[in-house]
Amino acid sequence: MTGLPSPHMLAVFLLAPTHRMARLAPLDIAVIAVYFAMVLWIGFYLKQRSNTSEEFFLAGREMTAWIAGLSFISANMGSLELMGWAAASYQYGILAAHWYWIGAIPAMLFLGLVMMPFYYVSKTHSVPGYLKLRFGESSRLLAAISFAVMTILMSGINMYAMALVMKVVLGWNIHFSIWVSSITVALYVALGGLRSAIFNEVLQFVLIWAGALLIPILGLIETHGWTGMRLRIQQNFPGQDFTHMWRGLGSFSSNPMGVHWTGIVFGLGFVIAFGYWTTDFLVVQRVLSAQSLRAAQMAPIIGAGFKMLVPIIVILPGLLGLAVLPHLLPESVAANVPGAYSYNEVLPLMLVRYCGPGLLGLGITALIAGFMSGMAGNVSAFSAVWTYDIYQAQINKRAADSHYVAVGRWSTILGVIVSIGAAYLVMQFASIMDYVQALFSFFIAPLFGTVILGMLWKRATSAGGFWGLLSGTVVSVGLYLWVHFNPAALAHVAFSIHAKTMAENLYRALWAWIVCVVVTVAVSMFTKPRPESELNGLVYGATVIPHEGPVPLYKNHWFWAGIVIVIFFVLNIMFW
Amino acid sequence: MHNTNISIWFFNGVLLTVYGLMIGGYGVYEVVSGHTPPVVLAHLHAPLWWGAGMLLLGLLYCVKFAPGKEK
Repeated sequence: MTGLPSPHMLAVFLLAPTHRMARLAPLDIAVIAVYFAMVLWIGFYLKQRSNTSEEFFLAGREMTAWIAGLSFISANMGSLELMGWAAASYQYGILAAHWYWIGAIPAMLFLGLVMMPFYYVSKTHSVPGYLKLRFGESSRLLAAISFAVMTILMSGINMYAMALVMKVVLGWNIHFSIWVSSITVALYVALGGLRSAIFNEVLQFVLIWAGALLIPILGLIETHGWTGMRLRIQQNFPGQDFTHMWRGLGSFSSNPMGVHWTGIVFGLGFVIAFGYWTTDFLVVQRVLSAQSLRAAQMAPIIGAGFKMLVPIIVILPGLLGLAVLPHLLPESVAANVPGAYSYNEVLPLMLVRYCGPGLLGLGITALIAGFMSGMAGNVSAFSAVWTYDIYQAQINKRAADSHYVAVGRWSTILGVIVSIGAAYLVMQFASIMDYVQALFSFFIAPLFGTVILGMLWKRATSAGGFWGLLSGTVVSVGLYLWVHFNPAALAHVAFSIHAKTMAENLYRALWAWIVCVVVTVAVSMFTKPRPESELNGLVYGATVIPHEGPVPLYKNHWFWAGIVIVIFFVLNIMFW
Repeated sequence: MHNTNISIWFFNGVLLTVYGLMIGGYGVYEVVSGHTPPVVLAHLHAPLWWGAGMLLLGLLYCVKFAPGKEK
């Protein structure tokens, strides 16, 4: 799961910069301007095709597997994602790639192969909507409110952090960055709905690669390939291992992250990854827009194939930074050393190192595109959940379809305005970012427990689902507070006092998921289940999955999932 | 996207073509004028070949997904 940068990744950009890294040439400005013109063109063009709620919130369910798949991972590729994980790879080495491979690929394949039929066949408009069908109104309301609040806050935090990045790198005014980028996103999402968001996400995906791929290419030329890069890292940091993914995970103290392989496999690979990629509506909404069940199943598999490649533009620049920029400092140190840079700035530093006029503008545009795709993902998902799961469910149940489209457009604008408010709130109270990051992660793990039991176990009851979700969330919050006020508790929560923040998050998620599942099962056993006839389309064993006819091997989702999983294992063995 | 007059891939083609022209054009200027920016590996003239690559890819997508050409 890479959608949620860890608190330190956001906090790093808070310290006031003492100098700008680069100055843009007129050509760079022109490159950025062309991008803004293009996204607005798409928004205005697609306005004519978002007149019904199905069109506005689910893009008419007309997307091909490729478009839904690229949009699926693009919505997750925010600019903080790019910069944060490049910084993490400078700090932790190739260990950071776990968040792209075991922390994403199995979960994405599981979504496509196992869970998508239930989301798609149930014709739900959202993940909270599925909870309503399976467990009832109370579970939906709990999930919808938590998702809506956290999504919009996260959007604001990312907006502020992005504006800070622009200030650090280019010396841009923070208010200018916030308002220009958010007004643009509000315009194109409010005009064209999810279809516009998806079109722009595909555009942004291409742009991110066009702008960022040059760094690893030129970096590897400079270091004379992977072997040369490793040699340079060993010379710069003797005795430290930055290029192996699994060798140092035998104990908590033998790797820079302070994590054990059990945390990576069960906490990250199972609970957090499955929680994020299969239940976070921000990404699931993209797949729900697919034109058929087969396309909906292929989309996450296509996304997984590309996700495996993302470390080339995120992790590799961080590793190359270790080879060619060995003197970057921790933020807390760099802030007190005039002229020094921190490792959190490794990606823009590498960009400035290799890219002159034009290419620098393209790289900066890639960062802006990453931010806008993430924000558009947040506000379009917020708009759908607000309209369907809160407004329609609780406030106005019987309005015309056009009314809900209007509510969707206005809630998009409202979501952006609240995001801007959140950005300014964070500007005043920086520590809020840490708490909101943690808050968001509280809901992911238990939600996955609830959804997966709901889909795979007919006996799970409405009461079991609600109390499991609530208790898992409460336990997650409780564990966070326990460690916050008593750091020694880390030895119990994460099994080691050496555990860093990332490792603590993995184990806390694991505990929350276990509690959710245990409570759901226990309560379900003592409450009355729904008749099986009511579970058609919602639960494995009670649902007839529609068969869409035979297809050639190259169109079969099981075939491509097999290819992806083989490559996944090969990559892990190569970098063992 | 088949049911929209203009395909998403055409938009991508237009963007890559414009960027290819802008950045590739600057690359040509770099080579002709001998003026190279103060960046590492400037002698490789990355804007020239990266811009040319984007231009080719962009034109390919513009032609293949031109409005009215799709089913």
